[in-house]
Amino acid sequence: MRVIQFREALREAMNEEMRRDNDVFLMGEEVAEYNGAYKVSQGMLDEFGEKRIIDTPIAELGFAGIGVGAAMNGLRPIIEFMTFNFSLVAIDQVINAAAKMYQMSGGQFNIPMVFRGPTGSAGQLGAQHSQAFENWYANCPGLKVVVPSNPYDAKGLLKTAIRDNDPVIFMESEQMYGDKGEVPEEEYLIPIGKADIKREGTDVTIVSFGKIMKVALAAAEELAAENISVEVIDLRTVRPIDYDTVIESVKKTNRLIIVEEAWPLASISTEITYMVQKRAFDYLDAPITRITTADTPLGYAPTFVAEFLPSVPKVVKAVKDVLYK
Amino acid sequence: MATFTKEQYITWFEQMMLMRRFEEKSAQLYGQQKIKGFCHLYIGQEAVVAGTMSVINKEDKLITAYRDHAHALACGIPAREVMAELYGKATGCSKGKGGSMHMFSKEHNFFGGHGIVGGQIPLGAGIAFADMYRGGKQVTVCYMGDGAVRQGALHEAFNMAMIWKLPVIFICENNGYAMGTSVKRTTNVMDIWKLGLAYDMPSKEVDGMNCESVHEAIAEAVDRGRKGDGPTFLEIRTYRYRGHSMSDPAKYRTKEEVEEYKQQDPIEQVRKVILDNNYATQADLDAIEEKIGAVIQDSVEFSENSPWPDASELYTDVYMEPNYPFINE
Repeated sequence: MRVIQFREALREAMNEEMRRDNDVFLMGEEVAEYNGAYKVSQGMLDEFGEKRIIDTPIAELGFAGIGVGAAMNGLRPIIEFMTFNFSLVAIDQVINAAAKMYQMSGGQFNIPMVFRGPTGSAGQLGAQHSQAFENWYANCPGLKVVVPSNPYDAKGLLKTAIRDNDPVIFMESEQMYGDKGEVPEEEYLIPIGKADIKREGTDVTIVSFGKIMKVALAAAEELAAENISVEVIDLRTVRPIDYDTVIESVKKTNRLIIVEEAWPLASISTEITYMVQKRAFDYLDAPITRITTADTPLGYAPTFVAEFLPSVPKVVKAVKDVLYK
Repeated sequence: MATFTKEQYITWFEQMMLMRRFEEKSAQLYGQQKIKGFCHLYIGQEAVVAGTMSVINKEDKLITAYRDHAHALACGIPAREVMAELYGKATGCSKGKGGSMHMFSKEHNFFGGHGIVGGQIPLGAGIAFADMYRGGKQVTVCYMGDGAVRQGALHEAFNMAMIWKLPVIFICENNGYAMGTSVKRTTNVMDIWKLGLAYDMPSKEVDGMNCESVHEAIAEAVDRGRKGDGPTFLEIRTYRYRGHSMSDPAKYRTKEEVEEYKQQDPIEQVRKVILDNNYATQADLDAIEEKIGAVIQDSVEFSENSPWPDASELYTDVYMEPNYPFINE
């Protein structure tokens, strides 16, 4: 199978959906003439023209709201945030408008749109450019939140998100755009709300999503060398969460570790921990362990980055701890 | 001097009288606790909406903030459905899910009442964007209060509406007070219309107590929008006779000030034109009022007799996707 970059997979998804449906357009900062801050939308202006690939001023609140208004009036906008850190100035339109409109209007105005862009830290970018808000958006009914971890999933999920009739938050990573992976030439879709078992195992279950899946898979590989069999589940979607896949796995392995780039309080891992203790309490042979970021903003120095983020050694240690090794 | 047709004045009278009597009834029902939550009345401001309706077509779009009952009625949503929404009944125009602040009707191109001050301004631009994208000739009328112009959303939306020449008419219904804070306490620029000039947007001030002047200003703006010449900003100076909401005794202003505006009452102005020109007799106008009284009485009876939405409806209309797996454990 051919191998392409994560950013190319996203671009293919948008190109295919824009060829399929004239109501789809892309709007955001630097998406058109600059070809995308991270080159996701490279070449799209040439193919679709300025009517459908639209550069905006730096006004996230304004263009997010224009997107929601356009969606109310029947279009299917893709709104790109250069990073989700900047979505905070637009969050009123995401939470108070996009997520509420369908219910407030008694089912008259649905919002078929995608807000997409990179989330999380990406090296030494300082506190304001290093935040993950997956759990913030996942907390809000009315939204769906998708966080792919590889090019294949990214393409299939983004195509589904664009066709979805509800507002979808689609979160990528600067540190994934260059990742390569197998993506077939032929069209495919991946459903929202279904987790994927990326590696089967029997001793411990690790649940993660997005960029941090790389850490989870690397840890599993390292542990395999020590004859520890780890099952790695990629949630792919954090609203809704596919609890069943997690719980089935825990019933098999009896041990659960959740790895996530998020501050610990009220994180996705907290939520999964609740649901597993509720539905699989008798199956647990060790306390559920979560590996989140530090409970601090991420400072600039490299020592802070290493301390702050989930890492392979942290995961390996946690696995051994729950196995009492 | 009458500048419009007899029929136009009668329509304005009828429309504004419906809004006023509806709001008076709402206030009464709020007092009886039939209507709950927040309830913001439009009494005194009727000419702003009436003067819009005489210009725009059914295909044009309307969006406003939470003082939205009159806009909903004027768009053609039956009084029954607006009243039932105030009651929170399943027969309301938003199925009891919106309430006073969130009237909606796709059928009547009413894109809703919105509860976050200024949040509807980018939405209005976006609605217009979609019509332009499809090559339509519709315009969007986007209302806001004088409080909303202090929000960043206005400035971002104004700027993009201008660079993309969106067919949208931004209307600031300046009633002098953002809740209890007067305009002069929130700015050094008392002329709100001048905010549009920062974006080279055609902008002006309009007498909002008078249907004719509102109509003329809107007509010019609609023409500009339909021709593809972009947005307009109108500061329509008006006044609300009641408090900001039902819980506001409006102690921040004088009785004299309220009286001064009541002397310019928009309905009485239209009544005077009608009577002075013999377009109708006082008896004819009384008959109109009586008919409106019956419509409102009917809307109350309809609401009283309508069911609440079933509690299970809490889980519908959140997602368009059927069978969304809500967490309920």
